[in-house]
Amino acid sequence: MNTINWRRVIQVGLIMGVVVLIASIIGMVQTFDERDMIAGLLTLGQLLLFAPAFYGGFSVAGKDERRAPVPTLLAGLLAGALAAVPVVLLVALAGFWTTIRDYFVNVSPQLIEILTFGRESVSGSLLLLGVMAGLGLLGAAIHLIPQRVRRPFINATMFTLVFSLFSDVPLNIANQFLSRDLVRLVFPSKGITVVAAVVIFALALAVALWWEFSGRARRQQQQATITPEARRRNSLIVMVVSLALLLVLPRILGIFLTNVVAQVGTFVLMALGLNIVVGFAGLLDLGYVAFFAVGAYVTALLTSTGDLGLGVNFWIAMPIGVIAAVLFGIVLGIPVLRLRGDYLAIVTLGFGEIIRVLVRSDLLKPVIGGAQGILDVGRPNFGSFTFVTPEHYYYLILAGCMLALFIAWRLRDGRAGRQWMAVREDEDVAEAVGINLVGTKLLAFAIGAGFAGLAGAIFGSRVGSVFPNSFELLISINVLAIIIVGGVGSLPGVVLGAFVLVGLPELLREFVEFRLLIYGILLIVMMLVRPEGLWPSAVRRRELHAAETDEPSVAAAEGPLHEEVQPLV
Amino acid sequence: MTLSQRLRDIDWIDVWLWVFRVVIILGVVIGITRKLFFGAGTTYDSSDWIDFFISGLSQGGLYALIALGYTMVYGVLFMINFAHGEFFMSGAMASTYLIASTLAASGFINEQPILYLVLVTVAAVLTSMGVSLLTERIAYRPLRRAPRLVPLITAIGASFFWQYIFRGLFGSAVKAFPVPTILEGRVNVFGLDFLKVRLIVIIVSILALIGLYLFVQKTKTGKSIRAVAEDKDVAALMGIDVDRAIATTFAIGAMMAGIAAVLWGLVFKQVIFSMGFVPGIKAFTAAVLGGIGSIPGAALGGFFLGVIEAVGPPLILEGLGAPGAHQLKDVTAFLLLVLVLIFRPQGIIGERLAEKKA
Repeated sequence: MNTINWRRVIQVGLIMGVVVLIASIIGMVQTFDERDMIAGLLTLGQLLLFAPAFYGGFSVAGKDERRAPVPTLLAGLLAGALAAVPVVLLVALAGFWTTIRDYFVNVSPQLIEILTFGRESVSGSLLLLGVMAGLGLLGAAIHLIPQRVRRPFINATMFTLVFSLFSDVPLNIANQFLSRDLVRLVFPSKGITVVAAVVIFALALAVALWWEFSGRARRQQQQATITPEARRRNSLIVMVVSLALLLVLPRILGIFLTNVVAQVGTFVLMALGLNIVVGFAGLLDLGYVAFFAVGAYVTALLTSTGDLGLGVNFWIAMPIGVIAAVLFGIVLGIPVLRLRGDYLAIVTLGFGEIIRVLVRSDLLKPVIGGAQGILDVGRPNFGSFTFVTPEHYYYLILAGCMLALFIAWRLRDGRAGRQWMAVREDEDVAEAVGINLVGTKLLAFAIGAGFAGLAGAIFGSRVGSVFPNSFELLISINVLAIIIVGGVGSLPGVVLGAFVLVGLPELLREFVEFRLLIYGILLIVMMLVRPEGLWPSAVRRRELHAAETDEPSVAAAEGPLHEEVQPLV
Repeated sequence: MTLSQRLRDIDWIDVWLWVFRVVIILGVVIGITRKLFFGAGTTYDSSDWIDFFISGLSQGGLYALIALGYTMVYGVLFMINFAHGEFFMSGAMASTYLIASTLAASGFINEQPILYLVLVTVAAVLTSMGVSLLTERIAYRPLRRAPRLVPLITAIGASFFWQYIFRGLFGSAVKAFPVPTILEGRVNVFGLDFLKVRLIVIIVSILALIGLYLFVQKTKTGKSIRAVAEDKDVAALMGIDVDRAIATTFAIGAMMAGIAAVLWGLVFKQVIFSMGFVPGIKAFTAAVLGGIGSIPGAALGGFFLGVIEAVGPPLILEGLGAPGAHQLKDVTAFLLLVLVLIFRPQGIIGERLAEKKA
């Protein structure tokens, strides 16, 4: 009956404790504490502090439904308490080691205040220990509730948390349509009010309960009896509605959010390009930002009205920028595309770094302005109408993304796409069936470069100036993270990935400092847990999980590492 | 054969590669000629060139020490451990912030300079090893049998993770690395004028490289590492604990990185959280230059890269009339990497690995 593995409980508890400790001493808890989620009740910092305790309790309780309640609850309590131990020790340490800040810069009095709820250190530490143990207990207790009740509760809680965390989105939308006083009722200066949180939770719970007890069954029945024509008609309706929604989106969102979406769109465009290179053709390119830079610099040089520019019309300059990026991709691609996967990654990284150093150097300063960059980049216009506001650029970027999506989608299902996939799966076999390896890879490289060039051209014009700082390695990593998190090779995955990795940090300004830390964690966790991404392409999902579902023994007994022939990413 | 047929038979990619080669060779030759015989750019006398060479050599020693980590891990796992530069950074950061600055503040640094250096080195080595073993356990070990680019991606993730963890721990400012006063100034050996720290770097790196080579060749642990590099499955059948051997490989590589971290501090006198990335890439270049997988190769590649980087810009780039040649130092290294990988991926002295294995 008692299936609790106490060693594991201690292990999980301590791991969670270390997570909490690290999040505290690197300053994450304190920075995130400035983001109120539910006014006066919960901040993001506290969520970061408490979530591991809750999760620890939740995970030690296990999946077995027939367990004894008392040991389960005890396990949760223990895991939660252990998760608090390292930070409690930190509080104690900071109490008598007063110069700790000379060594660990983020162990500040404010952090200690957050950790002890503003009390003095002994009672505060005990309170923290109690709260976290309680949360661990709660996490374990959740398993004791029948699943049909548990699931709606968890979903509604999650929804409330997400809603309050991203309260900027509903706030900005509400500001467009409702009066200020009404908006203030739900959204104080930061986060949402307690009353609003309760109402939102209740509404979410009602929907979730309805779905659990009635909605899902009805939906399944509908799915089972639907005719192909009706299904096609439904998907057409969805498409038309979402297109219409995209067209009126700036009106709904307001300027701030439109700008965020435009930023996301720039990355969608780049990620769609890199997705062709990495996802379709299986070539890991870490210097992708080089093409973005070429597109941006060429367009900026041509259109700029400043000292360095030529003052050409944007609509002429943009295609030239794209073509320049494509040519650059081909010139670079020819020598490097014969290399093996991991060497290719490093060479492209090297090229990216060369570009970065060159644009800053005195060598090219007379041409592209060195660190001062290029100012007064030209704006696109139709006759006397000039693109100025974020809203205008939103439509430009939307058009670019639509074009890129269309091209990527058609290529994927066409001859080129099948060739890419063949090359990705096995170069030798692909060559044996008559595929021109270098030509095929070069096509992927060139198209990917073109998309990045387009993104760069629009980016330069939108921002109005082009600086070397905008073309760091970080952009390459950012785009790579987008397609990996979204799902390598999956078009909707790319869009989703861009919203998650670019859009959310734009909304959570507190994230900026820890953005790359979070990207790093995401890259590792995704590779370990869900290598196919959030929204995988159908093919890859089947590939990656075939071994698990069909023949587990075969996967385990596969040959030595270096003899395996597998897709690259 | 008609002309049109011949034209069709030409592999245009080869033509392009040849053009590439010729341009590079021409550039180098013209640059050197203009510099040496026509005096383009700043004029240097022979002691300046010796200075360039020595600083290149000591820089190369640092690259060689870091390169060992890349080459050994590649030899065993066939994976580019992108995070290795961060192992180096972690050692430098932790030892500077936690040990070196404390000992410097208390005056211990100049009372017991040798003990000071030993303590700092121990701290750096332990931190680097800890970080590397954690990374191996969490981010690499579960992915042993995954497709090749998967561990490369987790390595990139780990690299950013550690950079920003250390940034969070110690802050983003540049921190001075305290150097004992006894190590400041110059010293004359065999008629050559060395900066003391440069001489120390050269000697220590050569000793460490020899020690490591002997360890891998002569000890039982070294033998198990070589066996695992040869064939993991057979090694396991022979009773070798493969996981342990791989972890040892990571630990040794990190140890070298930790030593390099202290030497780096002595030469450049400062540390920062982002210091690992560029030396990491350059050390990887060095490993590839020498032939990845080979320990003497990594050593040779490191010294070679260091010297090229120090002598190349004043000799070739100034000769070609490029302004601000010192800014382009990094370009020489990256360009060298690109060229080697394209034209001679097996490295200068490295053995050619079988296509599938490498």
